[in-house]
Amino acid sequence: MDFPPRAVCPRCGRKSLGNMERVKLSGRGQVVTYSIIHDAPKDFEMMKPYVLAIVQMDEGVRMTSQIIDCEAAEVKIGMRVETAFRRLGAEGEAGIIHYGYKFRPAM
Amino acid sequence: MNVRRVSIIGVGETQFGELWEKSFRDLGIEAGLRAMQEAKIAAENVDALYLGNMSAGKFIDQEHVAALVADYSGLVDQHLPTVRVEGGGACSAIALHQAAMSIASGVHDIVIVGGAEKMTDVGDVEANAILSSTTDQEWESVFGATFAGLYAMMARRHMFEHGTTREQLAAVAVKNHRNGSMNPNAQFQKEITLETVLQAPRVAEPLGVFDCAPLSDGAAALVLCSAEKARKFTDTPINLIGTGHATDFLAVHDRRDITTMDASVIAGKRAFHAAGKTPNDVKVAEVHDNFTITEIMAIEDLRFVPKGKGGYATEDGETALNARISVNTSGGLKARGYPVGATGVAQAVEIVRQLRGEGGRRQVSGAEVGLTHTLGGTGGTAVVHLFERGD
Repeated sequence: MDFPPRAVCPRCGRKSLGNMERVKLSGRGQVVTYSIIHDAPKDFEMMKPYVLAIVQMDEGVRMTSQIIDCEAAEVKIGMRVETAFRRLGAEGEAGIIHYGYKFRPAM
Repeated sequence: MNVRRVSIIGVGETQFGELWEKSFRDLGIEAGLRAMQEAKIAAENVDALYLGNMSAGKFIDQEHVAALVADYSGLVDQHLPTVRVEGGGACSAIALHQAAMSIASGVHDIVIVGGAEKMTDVGDVEANAILSSTTDQEWESVFGATFAGLYAMMARRHMFEHGTTREQLAAVAVKNHRNGSMNPNAQFQKEITLETVLQAPRVAEPLGVFDCAPLSDGAAALVLCSAEKARKFTDTPINLIGTGHATDFLAVHDRRDITTMDASVIAGKRAFHAAGKTPNDVKVAEVHDNFTITEIMAIEDLRFVPKGKGGYATEDGETALNARISVNTSGGLKARGYPVGATGVAQAVEIVRQLRGEGGRRQVSGAEVGLTHTLGGTGGTAVVHLFERGD
C-alpha cells in the first residue's frame, strides 16, 4: 500500500500498471517523529511555532503533516492521532484556498 | 568495457560567504580560471565544461548558466559543449561523475567541472523556500514541512532509536567550526563552543541555528584529464578511482528507515566496489553536513562507524582532524559554507588538496585515499566519489 496513490507500485513495478486499487484509510495512526517549527515559510508565518510530524497510519503507510489541537509539549513519538480536515494555505489573498489533512490527538 | 582512468590536474575555489560584491558569473569565472591556471592549461586544451547548479533560475533569475560561464571565462572562441547539471545539492557531484565518464569513454581528454551558487540575492525566507523545492512539494512542503524541519524529524527519530543526544549533534558543529578556523576560504573562521550551539535560537526542534549550514555564495572548479596524459600537466595527479550515484524516495516519510539514507548506503557501496577499497582505507572525508544530524547519518551510512554510533563517535573525537578519520577538514558545509550547487566540487577541491599534502594547518597526515559524499534534497540523491594519489 502506498500514499499518495501511485500509478506504479514501487515494489512490483510494471505488473502493477492498471492493477492499482483505491483503499480508504481509517485516518488513525501514530507519530513516528516530529519537529516544532520556529523558522516558517511565508505562508505558515502566522502558525509558528507549529508541530510537523510523520505519522504511520494503522494501514502501514506514512504521511507528513501538522499536529494540531494540542500543546507542542504534549506531542510524543508513539502518540495516537487521527486526521482532521483543515485549511492548509491559500494562493495569495484572493486566490484558491487549499484544504487537506492535519492530525490531532486521537479521541 | 574499456574505460580510461581519470585524474584531477587542477583545482580552484572562491572565498565562500555573503559576497555582495560578486555576481554569479564572477564566482563561476573566478573558480574556473584558478583551476585552469593551476593545471597550466589554455582555453584551446579544454574539450567541454560541466557545471553543477541547483537553482540559478530561482536565485538570480538566470538559466542557461553553463554556456554563460563558458562565455565569460574566455572560452567562447572554443565553442565548447557545455552541460548544466541539476540534482539539488548533489548537482556538482553529479556533474563531476558525468564529466569523468566523458573522459573515461574516450570522447574528451580535458574537461572543466564547476559548481556555483549565488544565494544571497534573495532573502532568508525565500532562500529556504528554494531549498525546500528539492523535497516533495506536493506531499511535504504543502503541509508546512520546511527543509530544516524534515532533517529535524530525522534527528528526533535518531535520538529516539539510537540514544543520540543534543550534545552529540552540537559536537558536529563545534568540530566543523574548528576545522573552518584553519581554512582561509571558509565562510566562518571562528571556533564556537558547545554552549553556543545548545543555546542558539531554535529553527526546527531539536535543531537550532548552529545546527544548520549557512546560506552562501561561492564556486569551485576542477580540471579533469585522462590519467595517461595527466603527467604532462602535473607531478601530483589525483585519481578519481570510484563513484557511486544512487537515488531514493524523494519524500522522507516513504523511506525504509527514517534514520538511514539508503541512497548514501548504496552510493557508498558502489563507490567502494568500483575503487576496490573499503571504508577503512579512507583517512579523510568531506561529507554532506547541511545539518549536524546529516553528518552523523552520513558517517554511519558510509560505514565509517556502526549504525547509531555516529553521535557517540563524533562526541568522542573519532572524526576530528587527524583522529581515526578526519571528517570535513574544510569546515564542511557548516563552516566553509553551503553555496548549494558548488558543494560536490568544493568537497573534491578539499580532498585533492589533502591528498596532495597542501592542507596547510588542517593537513591530514598520511592521507592516501579520500572520499566525498554529497546529497540532493533530503537524501533523494546521494553521490560518493573516492580519490587516490596518482603517484
